[in-house]
Amino acid sequence: MTKASTENPTPPPPDVQESEAVSTRGAAALAEMPERISELGRETVGNIRSDNPFMVAEDVNVYYGDNHAIQHVSLEIGKKEVIALIGPSGCGKSTFLRCLNRMNDTIETARVTGNITLDGKDIYRKEQDPVALRARVGMVFQKPNPFPKSIYDNVAYGPRIHGLAGDRAELDNIVHTSLERAGLLKEVKDRMDEPGTSLSGGQQQRLCIARTIAVDPEVILMDEPCSALDPIATARIEDLMDELCEDYAIVIVTHSMQQAARVSKRVAYFHLGLLVEVDKTDTIFTNPQHKLTEDYITGRIG
Amino acid sequence: MQSATLILLLGFMATAAFFIGRGRSLALVGGPGHGLALHSLPGYYGYYVAIWVVLPALALLSAWVLLEPKLIVALVVNGLPEAYRNLPAGELNLLVNNIQNLAAGDVISVAADDMLQDAATLFNAYAAKSRQILAVLALGVAGLGGVHAWRLINPDLRARNRVEGVIRWFLIAASSIAIFTTIGIVLSVLFEAIRFFQKVPVTEFLFGLNWSPQTAIRADQVGSSGSFGAVPLFTGTMLITAIAMVVAVPVGLMTAIYLAEYSSARVRGVAKPLLEILAGIPTVVYGFFAALTVAPWVRQAGESAGIDVASESALAAGLVMGIMIIPLVSSLSDDAINAVPTAMRDGALGLGSTRSETMTKVILPAALPGIVGGILLAVSRAIGETMIVVMAAGLAANLTANPFEAVTTVTVQIVTLLVGDQEFDSAKTLAAFALGLMLFVVTLFLNVIGLSVVRKYREQYD
Repeated sequence: MTKASTENPTPPPPDVQESEAVSTRGAAALAEMPERISELGRETVGNIRSDNPFMVAEDVNVYYGDNHAIQHVSLEIGKKEVIALIGPSGCGKSTFLRCLNRMNDTIETARVTGNITLDGKDIYRKEQDPVALRARVGMVFQKPNPFPKSIYDNVAYGPRIHGLAGDRAELDNIVHTSLERAGLLKEVKDRMDEPGTSLSGGQQQRLCIARTIAVDPEVILMDEPCSALDPIATARIEDLMDELCEDYAIVIVTHSMQQAARVSKRVAYFHLGLLVEVDKTDTIFTNPQHKLTEDYITGRIG
Repeated sequence: MQSATLILLLGFMATAAFFIGRGRSLALVGGPGHGLALHSLPGYYGYYVAIWVVLPALALLSAWVLLEPKLIVALVVNGLPEAYRNLPAGELNLLVNNIQNLAAGDVISVAADDMLQDAATLFNAYAAKSRQILAVLALGVAGLGGVHAWRLINPDLRARNRVEGVIRWFLIAASSIAIFTTIGIVLSVLFEAIRFFQKVPVTEFLFGLNWSPQTAIRADQVGSSGSFGAVPLFTGTMLITAIAMVVAVPVGLMTAIYLAEYSSARVRGVAKPLLEILAGIPTVVYGFFAALTVAPWVRQAGESAGIDVASESALAAGLVMGIMIIPLVSSLSDDAINAVPTAMRDGALGLGSTRSETMTKVILPAALPGIVGGILLAVSRAIGETMIVVMAAGLAANLTANPFEAVTTVTVQIVTLLVGDQEFDSAKTLAAFALGLMLFVVTLFLNVIGLSVVRKYREQYD
């Protein structure tokens, strides 16, 4: 029905496409996997609970055609916390992320079972409009994707389609606040009419964050938001996440364990579609319970 | 010796040269195991020798073929009696023609007297001699080239670079053929058009409101001197093009939007090839569809609505031309829509846009330059389209904007001016070239704008 699905009848989930990128060292570790998974069963080690749960996933399964991409994942996402999803390529972390705002709906062959609630309400219930859900659960993508419009119009896009501003002054206000909060206002306030694509990569990504904030979501999903950026731009985005988590629940998928350690309060480790371990960031990085988690964070996998 | 045999022989020599050159290069470094000591792969030394065999010989061959006829004619004329040699150029030409025909064994216009017979025999003798000399020379040059190249072979010879250099020149020559042909066409049309403008002022052609190209053939004939105001043709062309675009742009664009964003893979799999079939129907078929089916239908529909419709109305031709252009518009728009990155789509959906908001607010604006460029290309196609309008639009050069009347177009007039018997220096015939020049300039202009618009805005995403 969408672009992606028409061209590719059974598109693999974004992560699965990269699964061949696992290094040979990782491949050796992966070869021992089946045995370990059966040892593991379907239990997630650590603590999937959050102090202040806002989004709750219970026994979530995702299928792409016959491919069982995510298996029995349960996880709570709390208010005002940053939770990082880590794991080797193809482990299902991006797929799980895309369940949270129903972006998987755009893939024809994708099927989601289980329960995901947002503030107590099932987001997969019949009456739930995915469009309305996505306004509450915003998303920032791997590659900065500003629209081919001016900087102002990029940020104003969401408020306009959702009718958030009564008049021009109110819209101006939303745009300015959002840019301010994304830490971009100073750099662009004199060039609001220039195209969003004229900014640098890091600025574009902050513009995309401002665009997401402007809709006033409750949860922000970030799918490897810094993987296309240089270290300085990355540092700015990470600072930004620190500030934003005062108001939003943030779920970030990252390949950088340093980044996960720096920005997140909790870390969830995915492996081959299973949620292996969830715990406080400190615990995961200093005292992982599961052998696979330890292998991953010490660099033996991935 | 026949040319075909000669070329075949050269081919054999080249093949042999390839193996000799290859073997020689390997022998120099001590056998097949030592290829690394050579600068290039052994095969390149083979090609190098083969090129030296073929190219000089071919150059000689083509030069010979170009010069031979003139040389032989000059020799034959020299052998003619004094009285004939001093004939005026035109008559001499005729004489030479007769000699050549006689030599080839054809019937000639005058009685074949002894003088002509002798000349023809002489002609044939010269031709045969020339062939022999050519064969010897060409094979000799080929052999010399081969020996020269063979002597040049040493392990340090950069054979690969030389061979690739020759290949590069071949590629350049191939790609310049289209360019030079275009230039040739432009020049030929241009010079004829200039001849036309010497007879008819440019201002009358460009601004005159009356098109009636019938001219008297003989001075004493009763008839008009013709009038060449091309405005009715331009307006007719524009009217039909406008009707065509009114049909093609919305339909094509909506087709593209549906196929690119909404259709399921199955529908797309069927509809796209069908559209491409529509694009492949010869325009003459569209033409009789327009003339036999659509035009009467339009006329009937008009009559039942109380409108007087000409049987060859602009509307019928425009409608069918629009249908013909739909695949062009839809496929170019489809390309433009598909070129918008999926990230843009995801970004819009991720902000909570509906599918139609994503389409109208993000994807279409992003694809707009490509779509506009595609439409301009479609317009230039419509302006240049000939068969449909020849069959359906009629010949009456009416100056009107009424789609129910008959109009004529630039292309139709070019066809009618050049079909049939005519002298090639009358204003009537030359007018076709002036019209062709206008057509060329306009479509070139549209294509340049269309392509540059497409290119300029495509850079945004990569």
